[in-house]
Amino acid sequence: MSKSSQENWLPKLIDTALPVFATAAALLVGAIMLLLLKVNPVEAYKAMWDGAFGSQNALAETLVKATPLLLVGLGICISFRGDVINIGGEGQMIVGAILGTLVGLTLVDWPGWAVIPIAVVAGFIGGAIWGGIPGALKAYFNVNEILSTVMMNAIAVQLMNFLLRGPMIDPSQAALASKIPQTARLLEAFRLPRWVPTRLHLGALIAVVLAVLVYFLLWRTTWGYRIRAVGQNPDASRYAGVKVKNYIVLALVLSGAFAGLAGVMQVYGVNYRMITDGSASGFTGSAGFNGIVAALFGQLHPIGTIPASILFGALLVGANKMQRVVQVPSALITALNGLVVVFVVSSEIWRRRRQKRRMAVAVSEVEGQPPEGYPPDPDHQPEVPA
Amino acid sequence: MAETNILPSGHTRIDHLEMLGISKRFPGVLANDQVDFSVTSGEVHALLGENGAGKTTLMKVLYGMYHPDEGRILLNDQEVSIQSPTDAINNGIGMIHQHFMLVKSLTVAENVALGSKSSREPLTDLHKVSQRIIDLGNIYGLEIDPNAYIWQLSVGQQQRVEIIKALYRGAALLILDEPTAVLTPQEVDEFFVIIREMAKDGHALIFISHKLHEVIDISDRVSVLRDGRKVGTYLTADATKGDLARWMVGRDVEFRPEIEVVERGEARLKIKGISCRSDLGTPGLRDVDLEAYSGEILGIAGVSGNGQRELAEVITGLRDATSGRIELDGEDISDLPPIARTDKLLAYIPEERMKDGMIKDFTIAENLILREYHKRPFSKRGMLNLKAIERHSEKLISNFQIKTPSQDTLAKSLSGGNIQKVVVARELSRQPRVIIAAQPTRGLDVGATEYVRERLLEERKSGTAVVLISEDLDEILALADRIAVIYEGQIMGVVQREDATPEKIGLLMAGVKEGAE
Repeated sequence: MSKSSQENWLPKLIDTALPVFATAAALLVGAIMLLLLKVNPVEAYKAMWDGAFGSQNALAETLVKATPLLLVGLGICISFRGDVINIGGEGQMIVGAILGTLVGLTLVDWPGWAVIPIAVVAGFIGGAIWGGIPGALKAYFNVNEILSTVMMNAIAVQLMNFLLRGPMIDPSQAALASKIPQTARLLEAFRLPRWVPTRLHLGALIAVVLAVLVYFLLWRTTWGYRIRAVGQNPDASRYAGVKVKNYIVLALVLSGAFAGLAGVMQVYGVNYRMITDGSASGFTGSAGFNGIVAALFGQLHPIGTIPASILFGALLVGANKMQRVVQVPSALITALNGLVVVFVVSSEIWRRRRQKRRMAVAVSEVEGQPPEGYPPDPDHQPEVPA
Repeated sequence: MAETNILPSGHTRIDHLEMLGISKRFPGVLANDQVDFSVTSGEVHALLGENGAGKTTLMKVLYGMYHPDEGRILLNDQEVSIQSPTDAINNGIGMIHQHFMLVKSLTVAENVALGSKSSREPLTDLHKVSQRIIDLGNIYGLEIDPNAYIWQLSVGQQQRVEIIKALYRGAALLILDEPTAVLTPQEVDEFFVIIREMAKDGHALIFISHKLHEVIDISDRVSVLRDGRKVGTYLTADATKGDLARWMVGRDVEFRPEIEVVERGEARLKIKGISCRSDLGTPGLRDVDLEAYSGEILGIAGVSGNGQRELAEVITGLRDATSGRIELDGEDISDLPPIARTDKLLAYIPEERMKDGMIKDFTIAENLILREYHKRPFSKRGMLNLKAIERHSEKLISNFQIKTPSQDTLAKSLSGGNIQKVVVARELSRQPRVIIAAQPTRGLDVGATEYVRERLLEERKSGTAVVLISEDLDEILALADRIAVIYEGQIMGVVQREDATPEKIGLLMAGVKEGAE
């Protein structure tokens, strides 16, 4: 399944570069907004670039931000390929982090080489459970997973707030009046190795390895074949002997598990404790949502999600720096992110249309006739009066 | 007396419509290449061609759904610009689509009124519409109750509603896109009477079809399209079926393939007392007994929606039977899930190939292993073996003459004929014991149809039992050794090939038992 036509490399190159062009276009529109704020866009974007890639430390910070995006994004690749829309990354990250943190706070007498893997597995399981519940509800009771995953986010936030303000609260905070919702710090032995002097931790490497594994899972295993088949056509899958319901659950279980992993990595690699400001994003930094965007940006391909996550990580880190250097309101940063998303998603639609057209041309050259129902006249929406 | 140019419906007649030098290009293909076409008042002009020959494209240009790259349309010698279906309707052109555009939960009158302006906006004027429907019905012999709901009507009646809808909007010229595909032979006869009446009254009618005998029956002139070009326009009376087929396909065509005599063997599939429910919960099959033998094609004839789908699904395990027993080579498979039946070499060519047979966003290679991906050599311990999959699809693409740019092409981008070849390749390459072929040639062009039929005949020769479920009576008569007729979920009778005539089968299809007249 590898002999695709090599002669059409140019259109393919254009397709691959499209998101980059779209990002550039978004930044161009952003420049207008910056001008309106009487800020020199060149200066602002230079600050952004420096903040994201300008130094060893900047680059490391970008990758630190990219790691949870990539992990959540990998899960999204699996669930969206299975036609299950998982909006519950936030909650799954939280629950994964809670279980993982519990391991680290409980097994204090164990060696680090044992605790870290156990914590990772615990996070994986926590996310899997939080994803699996909406999965089961969808498969067996036909509950819309978009609604249920969002609701599971709300439950997870309350669970986190309860635990971090009560049973799991840092003993030193419990004594103080401030009562910041955070756990005690993890023992030094339990922390993921770092590339000193930066904060870049082993989790980033693990995420990249997992991206390759997810690619294998989706395209080289029967599990992946079934997940994708169920996502594309449950009727045909059922007839092909696939237990459709189980694979709907599996898609959400795996999707949640990767988000749970992202949560654990934040605790063991970055903060060394679980901490929040009372909201979900206080812990996750909204990676549970931004990971969806990264995965879509990566065209729901695990490998494509790697650069996509780095780009979004860079945007987050660089925008921070820009905000500090040129003194723009933080709302502008949100707007810039939004612009990138809108432009990239639009370019994706364009890319798909080009791809479809190319394939139709290739087919009609072989078949000598237009494929059924294709192509619709692009300039004209046929209006069929009822 | 000077001939009036007002139609009985009260609208102005279209004396002469001409399409000149119409070209329509799609990426990579010229769907219409300098096509001239004309139709006059009082004429039934058939447009004949294979799928993909460009007939629907040409008519969509006329109906304003496509814009031609070149060419002009003259209406009564005046050039007109038709930018949208609304323009077409305003110019007196109506189109009856192959798939009806009716809202099932609304009444006939509500459907007819939909999309036209009421005389007292914003309120409806349904009583007026109803009166007009009754009037039109009386004039054209299209009696229909305006207050009936669409879902209560038979397919033939629904088609009448479509015609009334077009007439109501002032259609003087009607484009009929494969109108007989859904009708019984008797309904086709009734339909043709209506068509002739309308032509006599001064309407112009364009009849799109690929069924030769119907074209010969109904049309005055026939234009044949092939590969986007017009082969010619002929007086139907001067053309024979053989001529038309040759013009259409570009070579001689075998109509009734010579069926080789094959010794019938053991019963491979036995169905005893099977009943099941339809999707609506009503009885779908009632106490069906059937046997299909090695080396035979058992045809299941019937009008659409009389239990054919249920029968195929019960045999393949996609639908639960409420009672009865199914045996494959003597083994009871009634309680097995679909995949287990597949593993016992029951092959299925489903009616809706894109729904049950293919995964449209999967590649050809991935679709070709849909039944066996979980087995060696295609996978080992959960890992897919890409080499084996590639070899397998290369072999099937060449053996079954699937025309595709590569095995990585997505299924959805192929034409209907090639998609069906993928399904046929996958099912037949497993050397099945029993094949359930549901509407295997529906929507396919002549070439692909011939191909599928030949393959089924080869399977018959090699000792497979073939159950051919088809709403195309010609197909059943051409291929089947025995014909079972299904009506309202019951088998009305089984007729031997030698005794089968269209009339006899047609009566059974309408639910009339022999001797009951």
